[in-house]
Amino acid sequence: MADDKDVLRDVWFGRIPTCFTLHQDEVTEREAEPFYLLLPRVSYLTLVTDKVKKHFLKVMKAEDVEEMWFEYEGTPLKWHYPIGVLFDLHASNTALPWSITVHFKDFPERDLLHCPSNSVIEAHFMSSIKEADALKHKSQVINDMQKKDHKQLWMGLQNDKFDQFWAMNRKLMEYPTEEGGFRYIPFRIYQVHTHTHTHTHIYIYILAGVSPFLLTLTLTLTL
Amino acid sequence: MPVSLLWAVDVYGRVYSLSTGGQQWEQCRDAQLEFKRVTAAQQCCWGIACDHNIYLNVHASDLPIRYQEETYENHRWNPVDGFSERLLPSDRWQWSDVTGLQHQPLDSFILPSKSWEWEADWYVDENFGGEPTEKGGWTYAIDFPATYTKDKKWNSCVRRRRWIRYRRYKARDTWAKIPSEQSGLPDPFNDISCGGWEISEEPRGRLSLWAVSLQGKVWFRDGIYHHNPEGSNWEEMSVPGEVVQISCGPGDLVWAVLWEGQLIVREGIGRDCPQGTSWVVVDSPSPEVGAIHVGVGVNVVWAITKDNKVWFRRGVNSHNPCGSGWIGMVGEMIMINVGLNDQVWAIGCEDRAVYFRQGVTSSELSGKAWKVISVPRDGDRSHSSASASSLQSAGCFFSGEVRGSGLVASASPESFADAPTEPASEAPKPRIPKVTSDSFISELVSDREPGKNTSAAPAILEEESNPAEGEVQDPPAAGIALSPSQSGGPLDPQWSNVDLEEAQSQQAGAGAVLDSADTCSLSSVATYTLALEEPYGADEHPLWAWVNGGGCSVDCHSQLNWFSSLAQSVQSMSLSITPAQTAAWRKQIFEQLSERSKREMDNFRHYEQAIEQSVWVKKGTMQWWRDWKPHKWMDVRFALEQFSGPEGNKDGILFIYYNFNEEKKYLHAFINEVTILVPVLNDSKHTFAIYTPERTKQRWPIRLAAATELEMHDWLALLSVSCCDSRGIQGPPSKQAIWSVTCKGDIFVSEPSPGLEAMPYPTPCDQMFWRQVGGHLRVVECNSVGVVWGIGYDHTAWVYTGGYGGGFFQGLASSTDNIYTQTDVKSIYIYENQRWNPVTGYTNRGLPTDRYMWSDASGLHECTKTNTKPPSPHWTWVSEWAVDYSVSGGTDREGWQYAADFPASYHGYKTLKDFVRRRRWARKCKLTTTGPWQEVPPIPLSDVTILPCTAQSSVEVVPLWAISNKGDVLCRLGVTTLTPAGSSWLHVGTDQPFKSISIGAANQVWAIARDGSAFYRGSVSPQSPAGDCWFHIPSPSKQKLKQVSVGRTSVYTVDENGNLWYRQGVTPSYPQGSSWEHISNNVRKVSVGPLDQVWIIADKVQGSHSLSCGTVCHRLGVQPMEPKGQSWDYGIGGGWDHITVRGNSMEPPRIRLPSLTDPSAPAPRSPLSARNMEVNGNAVRC
Repeated sequence: MADDKDVLRDVWFGRIPTCFTLHQDEVTEREAEPFYLLLPRVSYLTLVTDKVKKHFLKVMKAEDVEEMWFEYEGTPLKWHYPIGVLFDLHASNTALPWSITVHFKDFPERDLLHCPSNSVIEAHFMSSIKEADALKHKSQVINDMQKKDHKQLWMGLQNDKFDQFWAMNRKLMEYPTEEGGFRYIPFRIYQVHTHTHTHTHIYIYILAGVSPFLLTLTLTLTL
Repeated sequence: MPVSLLWAVDVYGRVYSLSTGGQQWEQCRDAQLEFKRVTAAQQCCWGIACDHNIYLNVHASDLPIRYQEETYENHRWNPVDGFSERLLPSDRWQWSDVTGLQHQPLDSFILPSKSWEWEADWYVDENFGGEPTEKGGWTYAIDFPATYTKDKKWNSCVRRRRWIRYRRYKARDTWAKIPSEQSGLPDPFNDISCGGWEISEEPRGRLSLWAVSLQGKVWFRDGIYHHNPEGSNWEEMSVPGEVVQISCGPGDLVWAVLWEGQLIVREGIGRDCPQGTSWVVVDSPSPEVGAIHVGVGVNVVWAITKDNKVWFRRGVNSHNPCGSGWIGMVGEMIMINVGLNDQVWAIGCEDRAVYFRQGVTSSELSGKAWKVISVPRDGDRSHSSASASSLQSAGCFFSGEVRGSGLVASASPESFADAPTEPASEAPKPRIPKVTSDSFISELVSDREPGKNTSAAPAILEEESNPAEGEVQDPPAAGIALSPSQSGGPLDPQWSNVDLEEAQSQQAGAGAVLDSADTCSLSSVATYTLALEEPYGADEHPLWAWVNGGGCSVDCHSQLNWFSSLAQSVQSMSLSITPAQTAAWRKQIFEQLSERSKREMDNFRHYEQAIEQSVWVKKGTMQWWRDWKPHKWMDVRFALEQFSGPEGNKDGILFIYYNFNEEKKYLHAFINEVTILVPVLNDSKHTFAIYTPERTKQRWPIRLAAATELEMHDWLALLSVSCCDSRGIQGPPSKQAIWSVTCKGDIFVSEPSPGLEAMPYPTPCDQMFWRQVGGHLRVVECNSVGVVWGIGYDHTAWVYTGGYGGGFFQGLASSTDNIYTQTDVKSIYIYENQRWNPVTGYTNRGLPTDRYMWSDASGLHECTKTNTKPPSPHWTWVSEWAVDYSVSGGTDREGWQYAADFPASYHGYKTLKDFVRRRRWARKCKLTTTGPWQEVPPIPLSDVTILPCTAQSSVEVVPLWAISNKGDVLCRLGVTTLTPAGSSWLHVGTDQPFKSISIGAANQVWAIARDGSAFYRGSVSPQSPAGDCWFHIPSPSKQKLKQVSVGRTSVYTVDENGNLWYRQGVTPSYPQGSSWEHISNNVRKVSVGPLDQVWIIADKVQGSHSLSCGTVCHRLGVQPMEPKGQSWDYGIGGGWDHITVRGNSMEPPRIRLPSLTDPSAPAPRSPLSARNMEVNGNAVRC
């Protein structure tokens, strides 16, 4: 799979057109215009929304601003899920662009993790990679990498640099031919509780090297 | 890795072999007889059959074993008859050997044995030292013995001519009886062991064969060589006692076991004395229990004592063949054998299964654990058979990590006290009587008498019998028991009954599965589980008596499918996905992805991107070999800025920041101008060189050194991707690509621009962009349909797989398909120099002005045994330093060459005028890398050529010729674009060894013999791919040719003095041409392409800054009417060794105006940037 540059590029350059609007309860000095952005599916919300924040801060007073968080149709969006996952989980059936509401107060402590800085995202991202490699190579590959290699992976994601990222991620996706494959193929199941349905959607994301890129299988289990 | 064979004999004397590529024991059907023992080398297998004769099985090969018989016919002139066969009474024989002392009429030559046949009748050799003679092949002289010339002079009184005839060894892949001279062999042989092929530099085929007779005498078989696989005679070696068993390693180790249980070690074995000089006694590992079996390798000795315990001998090597001490190992075995690479094979005492010692490496010779080989025999119901699966479970029981059972080992050597504590092993078995114990077969067979297996020993093996009962067998029974009727008779029903029953149930089961599943792999998985549920049947697995790994080339990294493990079943499951399914699946994914992108993004392209694309900079620190004098390494900061160009194409700039006179300065290079990145990697620094066209002209690249090898590779990989991106190059090289190899074995490939061969303004050579391909080669040859072959330094042939990358390339610059492990071995040479003084003779005390006493070939650099390192960290030593006798000029018995003074011409004997001497020491080192290459076993090559088809031609089979490293001419059959490796070699007979070969576009085959003469092969055509005869073409006067290349019509050769010659007068009706025309000197190698384009490796090229040796040059002005061209254009250089342009059949555009530039050609540097470069250079130099 790691050979298939076309597929890898399509996965990497997957974008979700998004419309950010400020929540009505937020106090503004003048009316806030919605903000339109193409979000990379493989990245994290809080990593790619600096522009959004800047846009809305222009119309707000500093004292009204707390930590920014996002919500879609009443559901707070977990920043530590990849953007693509969030979209597929919550909004895959809606019309584009995806309409996200931006909040600057009333942080839903019960639903969301705080994200004070990018280093928190980095730590989360690296831990996913490490988990995946533990399953694939008994962590041998990730442990053999140097600090700067880890940094390159992260910078690749952060700056949306496909080549930079894959120069490193390639190592995580290789296996010695004599071993005939990964030890285990890591995947993560994301579940959304939608009590209105009798069905539960379970999203299985193959953690192919990094979180959720390769494949999204949607299983509908009848419970 | 080419496949090789592990040999074994079962308890019934049936011989089996197991291929490293296979998964079942193949019975040697040819063997009419039962065998007692076998001993193998890679090219043959020796055995003792139950008739006590020795048999030899030489494996078939595309290369025949042929031997040239020669004799001379001598004539003397007399006034009456002219030259006639009437000689003077004082003269030599009329038919004699070359010296004239031996009478040798034609009919005195007889075939040495029934295994030989004559190839043809006698004929006259018309080649005389590379020169063709007159018809009749006579050479003339004044008198016998004198100097012969090919011309008849007025004073020529005698003449002679040479007659030759070839005989060929025909008994291949069959057991041929070695004719036994009745004299001196009073009793039959009982044990046999071959080895010793590493003690001399003789080509493969030389062996030491040791044998033990029933009376305990030891015999050495003399004269086994490649040309004489049977050897010539037996020589008795005196021994201090009666020997039971003997083992000879690949090197100089020979150990034997005495009746009394001690071991003896042969000393004094060497190149000049393969049979050694004396024995030394070594005590048995255990004071109470004598040794019964020994197995030796290159640096190891394993032994078994009579209580079946396994022992490893510590500290054994060539200098100390006796070693220093025994270490008790885990496991109980009845015999043990050390094969190639010191790998260990054994037969278990309890289960009579063949075990492989896992984890034996050069640093851990004792290995880690015993692993049972569990593959079915071809006689069993193979594949999905029940026996295979019961073996499988046996394998689970015994394999690798031990659970519970003390029978097999876990880790590293363990002490005696740790030995298994089963009842059988506690009390050493009673001493086995003399006559039966020498044959396990007889012992085993007698054990298997029905009704006697009453032993209370583990229930797993019911044939484990009471040894006392084995003992009662009287000696003659052993011999009789060997015949199939006697031994197999009472037992066969037992086996076959079980087999049948199981086979039926198996078939039923498999059938049912087959109905429901449509792929066979699924069904095999199903039977696998089914089989697991079956009870374990002890009778199911074969009982082995003997194993030999002398021909089995494996090491601890080899992938073998011989062991049962979970991985294997997983693999078989993954195999159930066919490539077609994968392709369909990929297509589906890709379509879904495209659809998603379209759905989600098409209408929103105007949206802002969340992350802005910016310049990506990678920085580091390096050292730079500064451009101005005095040249030295200086610390610099290094940065690569990458950005997207206006059309989305990637580009970059390289910056080198340095301080000069406390002023910050920098040097830069545009990535799209870089023409090549060359790793230089020597033992002191991790350096690489960056060339641009300008730098190529200067012969002065940007030289950089990284702190570590890893860092260098990171940078090289990154820069390489960046360069390829900027030029839009990706994926594998095209079929038209030009390949080249550097003196370090690195492989580079360049995509020719359409204007490369244009007239009158071809693309300058220094603008060609070269990218590296993984692997290590000495020679690479290609043609324009994409067939590419390479030859390594160790003469291994490799075929290009269509991949790219490998080596240090990572990420997307490398394909994972088609990349394989490649190894290469080369020798590193150092010289020991001595000067003679009147007092002490030759000593290592030289004059103060002398060279180092240990030096390189030039004598300028000190190279001692300890400070000489492998060429780069990638290479590891694989042998010790050894005197090299194969030096040109010859050596004396100790390898010395003598001369009047340093440096001078050396000769291999001492004269009164010689005051200095030197000898060469060689040590082998090995490289393991990866690249898009697959080995073409088994014949090592020294040259290869492929017909340079034009791109339009639709030839199915591509003619490919090669020279083996022994000088045989070979023609490869079955080479097509789909199967570039071809199928087999066809040997083309020659009267002398050859060294270079080339085939032109019209099937013209030219070759150069080792004596420097040229040959043209007649009548080669697609219908007759090997042609019919050789035409001897005289070489240019007083020149010995060394290489030839034939294009569409042009024939070029290079001689040993670096002259390039063009063959005049070649026409379709007279393809041999008429004469040689001198074109140029200063040439190392030539490659003529399908357009008759001429490219060479020039010896020395002077640039504006420096001089480079080994430079790629292009002949300018070559046109159909002017095939010799006019002048040279200089390209990449400094260390280039080989180039092939035989893929480039791209006709240049007809008319090409100077103002037009080819868009696909590398962007011609604008004058402005050139000026910038110069300014830069000036700034640097100030």
